[in-house]
Amino acid sequence: MNVNGVEHPAPIDPRRLLADHLRHDLGLTGTHVGCEHGVCGCCTVLLDGEPVRSCLMLGVQAEGHEITTIEGLARDGEPLHPVQQAFHECHGLQCGFCTPGFVMSVVGLLARHPQPTAQQIEEGIAGNLCRCTGYASIRRAVSRAVELRAK
Amino acid sequence: MPRRRDARDLKPPPFQYHTPATVHEACSLLGSLEDAKVLAGGQSLIPLLNFRLARPKHLVDINGIAALDRIYERDGGVAVQALVRQAAVEDSEVVARICPLLSSAITLVAHRVIRNRGTVCGSLAHADPASELPAVLLALGGRVVARSARGERTIAADQFFVGVFETALAPDELLVEAWFPASRQPSLILEESRRHGDFALAGVVRADDRLALFGVAPTPVLADPRDPARGLEPSGDLEATPDFRLHLVRVLADKAFAA
Repeated sequence: MNVNGVEHPAPIDPRRLLADHLRHDLGLTGTHVGCEHGVCGCCTVLLDGEPVRSCLMLGVQAEGHEITTIEGLARDGEPLHPVQQAFHECHGLQCGFCTPGFVMSVVGLLARHPQPTAQQIEEGIAGNLCRCTGYASIRRAVSRAVELRAK
Repeated sequence: MPRRRDARDLKPPPFQYHTPATVHEACSLLGSLEDAKVLAGGQSLIPLLNFRLARPKHLVDINGIAALDRIYERDGGVAVQALVRQAAVEDSEVVARICPLLSSAITLVAHRVIRNRGTVCGSLAHADPASELPAVLLALGGRVVARSARGERTIAADQFFVGVFETALAPDELLVEAWFPASRQPSLILEESRRHGDFALAGVVRADDRLALFGVAPTPVLADPRDPARGLEPSGDLEATPDFRLHLVRVLADKAFAA
């Protein structure tokens, strides 16, 4: 499987979830694991460009596919991805645990709707939970990301 | 630094993993293996594995089967094959044209991120009593196609849903396709849930003059629009009492038939 542009072997054990494979086998701990049953959205990554829950996929199922994690959006030393920059500017995070999942969901949302309506933004982030309840700032961050992407 | 592989990080219980390349191969596996489950989108099955609520001995992963992801027009309706993701149905022009009821129901199924992976046929085979798509299939009078090494059969929606998480599929059968008849106006789906994307406390599907209910019985059920709550004995939980569910059924059915 290709993770952030680098080829990696699939996990040996088919019981290994993609989220755990990314974190424990590949050391990509930016992908967070919260509820482990697809509700919280923390583990969201891009599978061939589409956001999916990495806790609801077996690692072996990613064989032959392209995975993008939060680490793949902007390399060390590079400018932040527009969605990351927008979260930074709008304080779209407090503790930050949910942030990688929100950012990956929003990357997927904006790929599908480059100019989202207010309702599309709300639905686009409805599958991610923020226990600091920073939703108002997160919503603003999505709108800001739209502006930054247009520049 | 990556940690050493640790058994504690293997959430699902032990299983043998099979990756058939064809429907034929999948069917022969299902026919020969004891206690096998089909893995399609995994958005319901993998949570059950992660919590070890399901412990199948074998997983038959059908994601590698080619040419099982078509949406196409057939017999005045739309056929959705086993590997069609819910997101593909949501975006499908064919579905929007022939069965707009299905297009609108899909948007109530969890969230887009889940729908990117979850399949329509998987939702039907999982048969959660609170899920939308089984009720849509029932309201429309749709059918599913089940294949096994013994052959192929078509099962009507009203024969398919047997109990809570239980269908008429035999252990050796693979649900290869669902067929939704064209939806005629007025058709709509209404549900009440605590949050967008949550399972519904109760919901109704109107397809012309037919009414199907979900979340209020062990399976989706057809009901009389003039007295939709008659004979129902919904369960109660922390989210809603049985009486509240009956109330929702009456209110939602009234709304659906006022439209």
